[in-house]
Amino acid sequence: MRTTKLEKKPVEVVNNSDLMLISKQSYAAIDKWIAKYHPENRQAAVIPALHIVQEENGGHLTIALMDELALYLNMPTIAVYEVASFYSMFEHKPIGKHKVSICTNISCMLRGSEEIVEHLKKKFAINLGETTTDGKFTVKEVECLGACVGAPMCLIGREYHEYLTPEKIDAILEKLE
Amino acid sequence: MANEVCFSTLHLDKSWALSTYQAAGGYAVWKRILKNKTSPDDIISELKTSALRGRGGAGFPTGLKWSFMPRNTPGQKYIVCNSDEGEPGTCKDRDILRYNPHALIEGMAIAGYTIGASIGYNYMRGEFYEPYDRFETALEEAYKAGILGKNIFKSGVDFDLHSHIGAGAYICGEETALLESLEGKKGLPRFKPPFPASYGLFGRPTTINNTETLASVPYILANGGKWFLELGRPNNGGSKLFSVSGHVNKPGNYEVPLGTPFAELLEMAGGVWKGKELKAVIPGGSSTPVLPAKIAMEMDMDYDSIAKAGSMLGAGSVIIMDETTCMVKTLGRLAYFYYDESCGQCTPCREGTGWLSRVVNRIEIGKGQQQDLDLLLDVAGKIGGRTICGLGDAAAMPVMSFLNHYRDEFQFHVDHKRCMV
Repeated sequence: MRTTKLEKKPVEVVNNSDLMLISKQSYAAIDKWIAKYHPENRQAAVIPALHIVQEENGGHLTIALMDELALYLNMPTIAVYEVASFYSMFEHKPIGKHKVSICTNISCMLRGSEEIVEHLKKKFAINLGETTTDGKFTVKEVECLGACVGAPMCLIGREYHEYLTPEKIDAILEKLE
Repeated sequence: MANEVCFSTLHLDKSWALSTYQAAGGYAVWKRILKNKTSPDDIISELKTSALRGRGGAGFPTGLKWSFMPRNTPGQKYIVCNSDEGEPGTCKDRDILRYNPHALIEGMAIAGYTIGASIGYNYMRGEFYEPYDRFETALEEAYKAGILGKNIFKSGVDFDLHSHIGAGAYICGEETALLESLEGKKGLPRFKPPFPASYGLFGRPTTINNTETLASVPYILANGGKWFLELGRPNNGGSKLFSVSGHVNKPGNYEVPLGTPFAELLEMAGGVWKGKELKAVIPGGSSTPVLPAKIAMEMDMDYDSIAKAGSMLGAGSVIIMDETTCMVKTLGRLAYFYYDESCGQCTPCREGTGWLSRVVNRIEIGKGQQQDLDLLLDVAGKIGGRTICGLGDAAAMPVMSFLNHYRDEFQFHVDHKRCMV
């Protein structure tokens, strides 16, 4: 039973802005998350913070960024790496400008996600998990994203796109810069 | 009769706005409770009368769950909403967050008041950007209107509610994994007991409910537990959102009374597409046993009827498969899902889900051997009941039910190295 709480060290906030890889704006956004929890529980903000840091860094995380965040959240670096590698939305190598996360789980499969995947593989001449040579698109297979009645579907950036057909996804991708 | 609870405002313009929700009677219950200082026991008793059962999949009676919270423990307690919707086939909570976020906020505030929690967190999956934005906007509206915060309507009651986001992990829908994740860790389910009511978020007493469960609460308290119960059936109170997906003409979320015949629900969803015959139904999400058409067509959509038919209502995620569906391939996709999502904490699940996935896959591609069929059942049988959380059982159940009902198709794949459909 986990009934005893480990004593935590006082928070040492990084204040030498020249050495910081994470911007002030991002720290301000992270602070908003930290404020939601008891000061003792800064670590609770790590997932939202990793999202913020990843977005600022163009879609992927680096060891240096995670180390800096660990210091800020008063966490051992390994604890940040553990979280960052456990959750599928965090990337650890550079990805394309637009991440196309396509669901291939049961409801999407029943309604033709394979056709969409094949179409994209052919269109971009890449395999799942790869990035186009121009660095514009990464196509990633993901598990159920919770939009099964709109199958087949995908997530691009922050947006869900449902009832996909090869023509429809072409039109969506065309509009992306 | 449809759309009487969580979807009752769905037809209204900007159903997610505070003004719309209030015009439809929203927050009246919350105000009444604060004004009358309604006793938590009365609220729990009303919920018990309503026979509201957990809408996230387990179907545990909500009133009973709330009554487990310790009354005399001093210090912080929490109410947590599980909006980490990710069971394949399930997409109803997304629509509650998008179209009726205030019902959830009111439900969480009432829950907090009842169990003595002055802080609540709504944990939404990381990919839910749009639902998150809607919920955040609703929170802002509620704070601005003085519905949340400190000393609400001068009642002396405090309730603060925050959003939290995940980052892609099915396992975080398991309530104790969700708590770990909310604490900023990997989503590894905790060993139980202790249950969250005694040792929950940050080690404090916590109640965790599903989005739909919490969003139903204001309607139950507004109209009475008896009203809700009578929408459905004894022990199966209320309406339920069913996400009907797969091979139907009109896939969608349908809110219908529990006890509605499956055939009627299928008709609402436009029937099986392309004029095809119904082959099989997964009635409650990917973890629930598959049922052949013949059994499904005679079944009613409530917890007890579906259990009697040999499956589970789960989260109400109805996946429809037509006659052209290869059951080996379908099971292969599900088996891969559990392999991919196993947190790796318990050996039977970590190793077993990999075995299930690889063996079903080799049968599908024509490399299966006769003994593989029994091997699958053997492995599945050795996962179920031997893990910390339910993911192991969830991975084993589809395998057992697919082989139980469609063994001939698996046999055909082994014998002929191809599919029979």
